[in-house]
Amino acid sequence: MRKEVINQVKPFRIIIRSIRDSFKSVFRNFSLSMASVICTTITLILVALAIIVTVNVNHVTKTMEEELTIVVYAKEEATPEQVENIENRINKISGVKDVVAKSKEEWKLEMKNYSHTLEVTLDYLENNPLLDSFIVTVNDVNNLAPTAKEIRTFDGVESANYGEGMVEEIISVFDVIKTVTIVIVIALVLVTAFLISNTIKLTIFSRRSEIEIMRLVGSSNISIKLPFIFEGFLLGIVGSLIPVIVAIYSYVIIYEKFGGSISFGVIELVKPMPFILYTAAILVIIGSVVGMFGSSRAVRKHLKI
Amino acid sequence: MKFIRIKDCYKVYKNGVAAIADLTLDIDKGEFVFVIGASGSGKSTLIKMLYREEKPTKGIVEIGGINVGKLRNRTVYKLRRKLGIVFQDFKLLPKLTVYENVAFALECIGMKGNEIRPRVLKALEHVGLKDKTRSFPNELSGGEQQRVCIARAIVNNPKLLICDEPTGNLDPKTSKEIMDVLDAINKDLGTTIIMATHDKEIVNRMKKRVIVLDSGVLAQDHEKGSYKSSEAF
Repeated sequence: MRKEVINQVKPFRIIIRSIRDSFKSVFRNFSLSMASVICTTITLILVALAIIVTVNVNHVTKTMEEELTIVVYAKEEATPEQVENIENRINKISGVKDVVAKSKEEWKLEMKNYSHTLEVTLDYLENNPLLDSFIVTVNDVNNLAPTAKEIRTFDGVESANYGEGMVEEIISVFDVIKTVTIVIVIALVLVTAFLISNTIKLTIFSRRSEIEIMRLVGSSNISIKLPFIFEGFLLGIVGSLIPVIVAIYSYVIIYEKFGGSISFGVIELVKPMPFILYTAAILVIIGSVVGMFGSSRAVRKHLKI
Repeated sequence: MKFIRIKDCYKVYKNGVAAIADLTLDIDKGEFVFVIGASGSGKSTLIKMLYREEKPTKGIVEIGGINVGKLRNRTVYKLRRKLGIVFQDFKLLPKLTVYENVAFALECIGMKGNEIRPRVLKALEHVGLKDKTRSFPNELSGGEQQRVCIARAIVNNPKLLICDEPTGNLDPKTSKEIMDVLDAINKDLGTTIIMATHDKEIVNRMKKRVIVLDSGVLAQDHEKGSYKSSEAF
């Protein structure tokens, strides 16, 4: 019975001891700990920058894409039934997000409000020369072309345009920008992992005699690894503190200074909250997880597993 | 049943060097055994096989009924907790005090803090270093450092103490003191001691069992032997 109790308590004691030792070890090997922390800090600042740029580029492209619409005009001779039929058929196309109908009368009213000349001219005409129309928005910008093509086949449709040519070009540029920024973020995360784990490897190499003694006095592999894993976690957390502060403050300041958009309002920035907090959380997670895995892998080399 | 049983044991390293060949040996509980031989005779390999740093290529190495050669790497720690190991180069942690170095062995196996203190002090008393608990290894003489190493090895009350040339770095006077400590541990605690050594004087003086290895082969095995009785070596 007593042995069972001891066996249950032991793992808990080993964990507590590992946490205590990891703190001690950070201070005992202060210069190497600092090297790890500085390395983590620098790379995580780069990662933060890359994340901020990527998310903003995505935000800009998404906003622009959302503004892309298809303008559909019904034929002049189209009957009200035909116009209604066009709207119903557009709504049934998969991938269509929204259809806003604007009748020729609504157009006339709107144009009359533009200027007095237009008002007089339109009143003079017996028949309304304007056309019934629909503004169609789609879920995916890639659906623009096929949707417009399909609408053109409907009875009573005069035209369905979305700015052919230019839209395709914008979309392909956006795709390239998105891919490039995502590749940069992934590459930076990998570089961070590599740099952090290499620095930790150096720290652990300098302590291989300690690991050897632990093995010889009968430490199990897990109880040897645990303090180093906690240490890597701790160094990762400490190393991510400065990047977190830099990211939060600098982004909030930039956002406020430019009033939420740059390039004369063309590029709208992502609102700082909660975006920058998520970025901070990602930085802490990258730092701590990479620290833990880096340590674990580095210790493994010195254990006969 | 013999405490240590080595039967038809061979050890060939990956580079082809045959360190131990056809070794058969029994050691009883409470014995004090010297393992002697020239450099490259297989002393260190034998010692390493006992604490399972090396595995025999063929044959059996058994301690207390456990075939240590068959132990898996991740369970070797269970064997090591039952052994004490003393090295020529002490292997002390320079940033820990004497007390911490000895306590380290017990902390590593997850012993409670309040159980550690009396055991560490008792072990340090055994080796005559109770008044140096707060010193760091670099503040101690070679002999004192080796005593700390011995205290660390016996703090877990092992049944077997394995010593790999513990006096190799020490002057004759200090070596004698260390041997007195080991002898007392053997007699007072009944710990079985296996010691690899080059030190002729010690072997001659102690009159213990002497095993002579020559090119990995058991050349001689003398009860209460000495260097004189093993002139082949």
